[in-house]
Amino acid sequence: MIQTSDRFKEHVARALTDTNLKVALNRTTSLLQTRRKQVVEEYAEYDEARKRAQAIKDHTLKHMAHYLEMFEENATAQGAIVHWAKTPDEARRIVADICVKAEAKTATRVKSMLGEEIGIADALKDAGVERIETDLAEHIIQLAEDPPSHIVMPAMHKTHEQVATLFDDKHGVAPDSHDIPDLVASARRELRQKFLSADVGISGANFLIAETGAIVTVTNEGNSELTCTPPKVHIVTAGIEKIIPGMDHASVFLRLLARAAIGAEITQYTTFYNGPKRDGDADGPEQYHIVLVDNHRTDMLGSDLQPMLRCIRCGACMNHCPVYAAVGGHAYGAVYPGPMGSVLTPALSSLEAAKDLPNACTLNGRCKEVCPVNIPLPDMLRNLRARQWDAKLVSPVAKTALGGWGYLAQRPKLYHLVVGLTVHGMRAWAFGRNRIKRMPFAGGWVKHRDLPRPEKGSFMQQYNASKHGIGRRS
Amino acid sequence: MTDAGVQKPKVGLFVTCLVDAMRPNIGFASLKLLEAAGCDVYVPEAQTCCGQPAFNSGDDATTRAIAKQIIENFEQYDYVVVPSGSCASMIRTHYSDVFGADDPLAERQTALSAKTWEILSFLSDVMQYQPQDVQYDGVATYHDSCSGLRDLGVHDQPRQMLAEVSGLKLAALKDNDACCGFGGTFCVKYPDISNAIVTDKAQNIADTGADTLLAGDLGCLMNMAGKLSRDRHKVKAYHTVEVLAGMADDGGICGDGG
Repeated sequence: MIQTSDRFKEHVARALTDTNLKVALNRTTSLLQTRRKQVVEEYAEYDEARKRAQAIKDHTLKHMAHYLEMFEENATAQGAIVHWAKTPDEARRIVADICVKAEAKTATRVKSMLGEEIGIADALKDAGVERIETDLAEHIIQLAEDPPSHIVMPAMHKTHEQVATLFDDKHGVAPDSHDIPDLVASARRELRQKFLSADVGISGANFLIAETGAIVTVTNEGNSELTCTPPKVHIVTAGIEKIIPGMDHASVFLRLLARAAIGAEITQYTTFYNGPKRDGDADGPEQYHIVLVDNHRTDMLGSDLQPMLRCIRCGACMNHCPVYAAVGGHAYGAVYPGPMGSVLTPALSSLEAAKDLPNACTLNGRCKEVCPVNIPLPDMLRNLRARQWDAKLVSPVAKTALGGWGYLAQRPKLYHLVVGLTVHGMRAWAFGRNRIKRMPFAGGWVKHRDLPRPEKGSFMQQYNASKHGIGRRS
Repeated sequence: MTDAGVQKPKVGLFVTCLVDAMRPNIGFASLKLLEAAGCDVYVPEAQTCCGQPAFNSGDDATTRAIAKQIIENFEQYDYVVVPSGSCASMIRTHYSDVFGADDPLAERQTALSAKTWEILSFLSDVMQYQPQDVQYDGVATYHDSCSGLRDLGVHDQPRQMLAEVSGLKLAALKDNDACCGFGGTFCVKYPDISNAIVTDKAQNIADTGADTLLAGDLGCLMNMAGKLSRDRHKVKAYHTVEVLAGMADDGGICGDGG
């Protein structure tokens, strides 16, 4: 997708007037919050698992090259062909070449954010391959020609009522009814034959296991198994940060991932893929490719953004973000929305191209609280603001206002004089009323809320007066 | 509270810039409670702001300059007490972010940060203070402001102290730990997103049926009270210390007047 984070405010204005979006977001985020809370409370070892997960990731990131090489060696020994891509461009070319060599006409695909990040849809288009999205939500947004709006639930911006209308319109055979089970059945009917006749299956990986060379996918619909097994070619695209040392470590993350992402103890399907079809196997691909993508991840190693590489793409941060819940994922104009996206997008593109994202956050800290690998998202967003400040990317108005305030704040006597006068001015402006509904220089505030009329005199004025025997302390 | 022979702790009260300008009553209520809890309270005159607007805008140099001023004016006291989780956390948790380990002031900053407290947790956890003979007739709902809750663990303390107020009932607030949409400079930089968030919050508050809203941060309170007032909900908004000090009698923030 083309990044449009520089038009964040425009997107927000549109999102805030979209009533369907509000319904869709409210339904899903509140359900996900409730479910997550429940399963985390029931998991007695949650805090311990979270600490362990963080430690495993930190260790692996520290020895990234070692584990990636181990993964390559073991995956190759199992019959995989491992490719390395520095950029999305390279990754797309590798995928397109494999498809062309396989003379592929159709490719089924399991949802993967890395696939979105590198623009896999374009790669397939260039190779003349028809792309079939097999995840139910991806199927919905493919029909609607929308980009994903959430990293786990890409169609979160749509209500089931909107999906029903879409399926009526686009499915070969319309759904039997608009009830959710009939909508699911309709998607299954539409997709089933395509699964079996696809030439190439493309998946991501939730984890890459160094000691075995296996990749892991986690889904709820079984579409990964139907995508990766029947076609003669299976292509895996994964970011290099997905690496973990061994199977024991995978079990720690699997316990956390499903709980954080969807509030379930485990997902319906967790599959470890290790190599192409072997002699005597009933099924499986003849060719098995793994494309490992960097795309600025090594730049983040060793920088203050390194903790972001711990991310396991569960989406809990966005499910608990008040800004995400208000504007939805599309407003961010990037592959990764929400708090994790607001950190990642500037890192993957530039500070300038994503100027609003680190700022459009109340720093309430709930994202960090629910993060299963304890990524300090608010601190990282704040640090990105400091980088913007240093790079002179702050608007002149904001800079001047803040500069004036900063000047006063460092001169207490002058500051108290100005505050006293402002309080006096605000009281006069209130014209005897208890609330202020309009005020110059406070448009952002009074557009939506009243301002209280301040008391007669600032605290400092009243306190100093009381020391001289007048005022409220006496 | 304390015996006459015991040395009273010296407390520097940092009222915060918002309380200073917009609601001094919170400052005076803090003063009253700290004295009732047995502290010697000092109000340094050279106090302005904790530096949070600069910090959250990424201006580390200005933040450090303001923080230096706070250190110089408050380090002489045993404790620094702040009637705001957000400003207390700024000093306690975030000052270290702008004073690197090699900074000549690093040691003084660390010492100041360690003795800085949000007022409700200070009264409860340090002074073991329980309010006595306080009356407030009403049903209140309580919003947990984010920095106090997540950075400083302020959750049980206000509830325990409010339980001692006679005539006061507490009604649970749905999503009490979700942000109100204030976010400091956020609410003026992104007023429409902030409005969307506080609209839901105001509705949740109104749905409790409570006649009073309590919280521990004036920024959040002004945001919620301002929205409740604009939407014509008759809910009185007070800082928790105003109720605990028996000084909640003027109709509240954005209220109809006492």
